[in-house]
Amino acid sequence: MSVKLITRQVGDVTVVDVAGRITLGEGSSALRDALRDLVKENHKNILLNLKEVNYIDSSGIGELVSAFTTITNQGGHLKLLGLTHRVKDLLQITKLYTVFDVHEDEAHAVRSFA
Amino acid sequence: MGEDLDSQSQTIDLVLDSTLESVDKAERAALDLARESGFGEEDLDRIGMSVRECMVNAVVHGNRYNSHKKVHLSLSRTPERFTVRVADQGEGFNPDELPDPLAGDNLLRHSGRGIFLMKAFMDDLQVRSLGPAGTEVTLVKNVGAEK
Repeated sequence: MSVKLITRQVGDVTVVDVAGRITLGEGSSALRDALRDLVKENHKNILLNLKEVNYIDSSGIGELVSAFTTITNQGGHLKLLGLTHRVKDLLQITKLYTVFDVHEDEAHAVRSFA
Repeated sequence: MGEDLDSQSQTIDLVLDSTLESVDKAERAALDLARESGFGEEDLDRIGMSVRECMVNAVVHGNRYNSHKKVHLSLSRTPERFTVRVADQGEGFNPDELPDPLAGDNLLRHSGRGIFLMKAFMDDLQVRSLGPAGTEVTLVKNVGAEK
């Protein structure tokens, strides 16, 4: 499995811990399915923890953007936590870094949803 | 696979199926050869991702996963540059007609960032039509020139 996803609840915030590679195929599909399920279950505050994501391609970036748009359009919030240098670099090059609300510290990120 | 090996230059040619496994295989082969050119980790990351994006375009958009169509991958290194050629058997595209993924209306589109990333990460990108069915993309990274 190229990516592992674990979902946990911290107060009103659903944290998704992602580890591995988010690339076209299994990785991006698994992320898409997990976030789609959360939206269906009406989770409004979602924090995507990418600390353990060591690789993301344009397909993975596409999944992040689609999830962000879908969740925002439904009145929810998708925020990112713990970008590796590689992922941060990609989001900056694609001008998406300022689109997302990005946090380094989980407690701070969780409080920001209040 | 054919290899023309001396201490300074090397070429590897692979004929790959139109599958995502081929994308992984191409990326690994490119990184192995690029490492021998002495690129640093950041450049290797960027070369690897560019080859991945280029192969995905060939497999998914060019050959459309067609099991009868192949992707030809050529990797070569000289003391001056590292060159990747990816040729598919698809309908082709004009890179100048692709929407700018950084433009306001396109920023939140799901796709359309592959060629942009290749251009950002490599020193040169050329697209050549191979006739009625086929497109070849050439990516070049100069040795010793951080981008």
